[in-house]
Order: sequence, then structure tokens, then C-alpha cells
Amino acid sequence: MSARSSLIRIGDLDVDGIGRILGTAERFGEVMERDIKKVPTLRGRTVINLFLEPSTRTSTSFELAAKRLSADVVSIKGAGTSMDKGETLKDTIRTLEAYDPDVFVVRHPQVGACDVVARHTSAAVVNAGDGTGEHPTQALLDLYTVQREIAPVEGLHVAFVGDVLHSRVARSGISAFRMMGAKVTVVAPPTLVPRYLGEALGTEVSADIRDIADADVVYVLRMQLERMGTGGFVPSLEEYARMYQVNHSRLRTGQRVMHAGPVNRGVEISGKVVDDPSTLIEAQAGNGLVVRMAVLYDVLSESQTAAPGVPGVTLEAA
Amino acid sequence: MSTYVSNPRVRLPQRPGARANVVIRGARILDPAAGIDREGDLVVRDGVIGGDPDGLEVVDATGLTVIPGLVDVHVHLRTPGKEHAEDIATGTASAAAGGVVTVLAMPNTQPPTDSPSILGSLLDRAAREAVVPTGFIPAITVGQMGDQLTEHGDLAEAGAAALSDDGVPVANASVMRRALQYQKAADLLFTLHEEDMSLSGTGVMHEGVISARIGLAGIPGVSEAVQVARDCSLAAYEDARIHICHVSARETVEEIRLAKARGVSVTAEVTPHHLLLTDQVVGDDPDPAKFKMNPPLRGSDDREALIEALIDGTLDCIATDHAPHPADEKENPFAAAPFGVIGLETAFAACHTELVVGGRMDLSDLVLRMSTNPARIFGLPVPSLADGARADLAVVDLAATDVVGERPYASKSTNAAFVGMQLTGQVVMTLAGGQDVYRRNA
Repeated sequence: MSARSSLIRIGDLDVDGIGRILGTAERFGEVMERDIKKVPTLRGRTVINLFLEPSTRTSTSFELAAKRLSADVVSIKGAGTSMDKGETLKDTIRTLEAYDPDVFVVRHPQVGACDVVARHTSAAVVNAGDGTGEHPTQALLDLYTVQREIAPVEGLHVAFVGDVLHSRVARSGISAFRMMGAKVTVVAPPTLVPRYLGEALGTEVSADIRDIADADVVYVLRMQLERMGTGGFVPSLEEYARMYQVNHSRLRTGQRVMHAGPVNRGVEISGKVVDDPSTLIEAQAGNGLVVRMAVLYDVLSESQTAAPGVPGVTLEAA
Repeated sequence: MSTYVSNPRVRLPQRPGARANVVIRGARILDPAAGIDREGDLVVRDGVIGGDPDGLEVVDATGLTVIPGLVDVHVHLRTPGKEHAEDIATGTASAAAGGVVTVLAMPNTQPPTDSPSILGSLLDRAAREAVVPTGFIPAITVGQMGDQLTEHGDLAEAGAAALSDDGVPVANASVMRRALQYQKAADLLFTLHEEDMSLSGTGVMHEGVISARIGLAGIPGVSEAVQVARDCSLAAYEDARIHICHVSARETVEEIRLAKARGVSVTAEVTPHHLLLTDQVVGDDPDPAKFKMNPPLRGSDDREALIEALIDGTLDCIATDHAPHPADEKENPFAAAPFGVIGLETAFAACHTELVVGGRMDLSDLVLRMSTNPARIFGLPVPSLADGARADLAVVDLAATDVVGERPYASKSTNAAFVGMQLTGQVVMTLAGGQDVYRRNA
């Protein structure tokens, strides 16, 4: 039903589409260096942020992104919504649809929730994380960060380390880095990798942390204890840390470390690495804003192919 | 099929109705079990095959085929408790529209069918409402809780067709062993949904390339296979008979093949949806909840293993696992949508299209697997086109093609996995229990 272009999975974009969004993000990055950081690009547009799972950085950056673009933005968070009263996602969307939104930004604990939203709205739908499914805007900001801080993605070697099984960041990220020409290796305990992942996403899979040695970028994944339930996917977090923690003894000079946050210090990553100024963790958080501005701009732009004539930049600051 | 013994205690009530009186003219009449394959007229007088055609209604069946009616040993009629999804009248009307002349209903109702009194009330109700002869499969354990055995002997006496804990398989091996031991006293077949729930975990689809790609939790094929291996071992040890429901995984096919080779009394069924579809559709469809069922659609190698096993006899029969759910519940995100698809009305067309039109088996082989074999395994009356048999038959147009979903369903629910598919081989008339229960153009 969605008439506009949505971003539900990273595969909704091709290489050109990713390039276009990253280019737009660059231009918004220039705007963000001005005194007044607001542009009128989306004035009169309505963005509804529907966050039905806990989030700090993603919800904040989407809300701020919409505001910087002068859109009217409403943020709805998990507790206290009519869904607590038994309303289905479909009916929630139909109700909000009455306000004629242009974009729904959706975070939901279940894979495929964005597809349900898209079926019941004519607004664009942007996936801000659906359970263990995808997180495409994270993948875009990760590409943007690597491109800005290191080098063009093509030809780089990226190692994803840790809990791939529960990670939407990894699922979107692996595809995105592969699409842009990087080599991707997954290093994880065998219990935390989906069987058939290598075949599904075209990566090498290793259980040996030493296989991060050749990587240019070491992307550390959070141990998603809240999704693991009882029973344990690893014998203990201490053993996990001993076998898989990314710390300085396992990194060589020049390797850059990423993490989508929030981090479990001392578990998947050592505190020293988190605090090391050469890691890209803060840059990732910072770049979320301009990349999400670019995504909101992109899903609302009339033509998906024409160069966007420097959005906002050619316009006077609001 | 050597283990076949008819079970005269099974009650298969049907609502009262006039005996069928009709001459089916100019059809191919095919009943492989009775050795019948001829062209001509089939007379049904007073609900019985054969007799004097004089004065009977004549139905022109030129170009059509008469086959023994189908027997579906695995359906959900949702009564009691979920009549908003299906009831005995609509579920059995759906059967009639699919050429199915006998159904057996599973016990996952609310409350579960786990006592002679609940079974008795269902049998009474079927005797008023059921369009086709309908039997019931009560639970193995009280409340399907996997702990205390239900009254197997009393249930058998009251007319139960078999026993099953359905989608909540008996997890405790000792409880399953006692049930199998007790079979010598109660003489009821166990029909087992096989799944080790600790392996299935939070899974909602097949664990394969597609689940890895889209991030839905997977149910591995071995979740089914290990439970089948356990129960085949127990059945062998206790010299008991078991029937395996809706086999979905190639690993399970292997376990059954090995068990049969060493003489275990095990039979097995497969559903039309597992024979036709794979997990690929879950990855490709923007509204994949219509493909959500348990066991899940599996990989293409699993599907091929199922077809080969159905051809070579490792899998004995086809059953639908007809599982109606209201559309509202299927509109949730995949993980929150209920498991199950309807299938009674499309089973023949689906299997005919895939297996017969597809060149994998001939029509006789399919009829054996959809009618004769399931009836024999459960000790039910075997539909026959021989003179003197009660009329339990379907008239099919093997050339007619329908797009699933374009005709209204007789079922109360519309959650069909085959929706939008072109299927060839449509049921045009059904006689069940000697009654004229369905005409396509009526």
C-alpha cells in the first residue's frame, strides 16, 4: 500500500541508492557545521517515530533529524501506548494514518513489523530496527563512518565479532558492506551464528578470534543478553570474554574498532578499547544524525534517481 | 500397510440426510485398491454403489473421473472453543468441497478433547452437524499437559479414532513409554506431532538460508527427527504402533526409513503444503504469515526428500493439517501470527498438480495415498467403488484449473497458503456416507 519508497531492509537499496544517501549525508554534514543547524527541507511534512522497543540513540537521532529538517515530528514510545490496551499494530497504524503522516519510523521487537506497517499506510516506512531482523540505517551510518574516517569501503576487510545470531546490526551491516565491495568475515562462538549464515550472506565464518588479524575494521557486536533467555548460548560471560573479547592484545596497530552500542564493557569489548580515541564508536553515534536526515530526505524525495540538488544547503537556513 | 486392522469401535457420525440416488454417466471409474479402472456409468442407489439405474437422476460426467473419496486423518475443526475460526459444520463442508469423505479432528480445542464426556458431546454434535463422517482424536494426556494419561480405554470404548497430544508433543519419554505400553489394553493408534520443543525454542520458521538471511528464529529439521527417533525406539521396544504426523524434514524421512527397515510399526503422513512449497516463499512474500505453520515449510532438498519418500512408501499417506485461523490473527508480524493453514478444499488439486501433472506419480498412486492408505492405517472404512460399497466417492475434473481464493471457501477461515496458485484437478461432486454432500455448480 505504501506509495512512497520505504527503507525496510538494506536490500531495498542498490549500490547507487546507498551512494546517493551517503552523498546527501555529506551535504547535511556541512549544514551541521553551521551556527544554525536547521534547514526547511521537510517543512510541512509529518514524521511519526513509533518506538515499541527500548532505544536511546536511534530514537534521539531520528527525532533530531526530523527536527533539523523542519518536519513536524511526533515520537511514540512503547509503554503508555494504546497497544498496551490490546490494540493491534494494524489498528495503531490505521489510527495514526488519520493524521496523514509522510513517514513512519518504526522500531519493533518483531521481525517483519515494518512490512505490516507498510501494508496499512501510504506513508514511507523506515525501519529503525525490527527484532532480530534488520537495522538498515545503522548499516548506512556505519558505511558513512568508514568512508569518512578510513577509506572507501570497496576492498576493505571487515570482521564482525560476537553475537551475530541476535544481531540486526550484523544482518544489515554484513549485507551493506558486501554490497559496497568489502570482504566480510564473521568471528563468533558457533552457538551465536545462525546455521547457514555464510551461505545466506556470503561471508566466511570462523570460531577463532585470531581470524580478525587481517581485518581493516573490527566490528564488535553486543552480547544481547536480553534476547538470550535462560539456558545460555555460551558457558559464561567470563569465558566469552577470555575467548572472544576484542581488546588490545588481539588488535594490531591500524585496525579500527566499531560498535553500534550500547557496549557491555569488559564483555565483548575491553573498556580500554572503548576509550581508545582511535575507535570509531563515537563517530558512529555522531554520524547517526546526518545519515538519518539523509534517509528521511531520501524516502520523501520525488525522484529516486535525480541528484537532489544539494538538499537544504542551497536553501537558506530556517 | 501390513499392520492394518480395522477398528470397529471408531465412531464416525454424520448428520442425517437423504441417501444419494444418482447415475454418474460416462466417467472414468478408478479404484486402484479394488482393481477397478473402466469407462462407463456408476450407479448409486440408496447411498450404495450398484443396482438398478431406472428412475435415478443422471449426471453427465463425460471427461470426468470418479475416485474413492479422500480420507483426511488430520484436521482441526476448532470445536469446542474456537468456533469463530471453524466449527464442525463448516469444517466438514470444507471437506466435502474437497472430495474428502472422512475426517479425523485433533484435540487442541478449548478445552482440549481429553475425556470421554467431551468426546461424547463432540460425537453427538457431529451426528447433528457433520456433512461428512467425522471422527475425533482425543488427547494422550490430560489437558495435553504431557503428564497424566487420559482414560485411553474409556475413550476407545466411547469411539475415539486414535490418540494424540497434537501440537504439544509428549516431552517426557517415560510418559510416552507408558502410553505405548497401555496400547495393548486400549488398542488405539497414537498419531504424533513430533517435535522436541527444547530444540524448536522460539523458532517460527525453518532453520535454513532464508531464516539466516531475514533473522527469524529457526526451527531445525532435527527438532522433528530426534523426537521421531525417540518414539520409533520406544515403539519398537514396546511393540506398539505409531503414526507420525506431517513429516517435514529430510532428517525425519531418514529416521522413518531406518525404523521401517528394522520392522518398527510406524506409518507417516505428509501435507500438501510441505509437498508443494518451501521456505523460499517466506523470504519472498511481503505478507509471509500465510505461510506460517508448524512444522514449517522447509528447504527444497527437504521437499524433494518428502516427494521421494511418498513415492517409495516411506511416507504412507497425505493429510492436510487443515488449521483455520481468523484473518485478524494472521495480520500480525510473522512471529506473532498463529501457526497453521487451511487445506481441505485444495488438497486434491494441489497434490494432483504437483505429483500427477508434474509427472511424479500416476493418479492411482495418489488415490491410494489420499484415500485407501490413511483409511487402512487408522482402521477406518476404506472408500471403495466396488458394487455394494457405501457411496464414499469424489467426481473430479482432472483438466479444470482454478486460482485458489477466487471461489469462496466453504471453510469459515481463509488462511490458505496456496492462495493465488493455479491448481489443476477440481472436485465437482462428492458423495460421503452414502449422502450427496457436494456439487461444485450447485
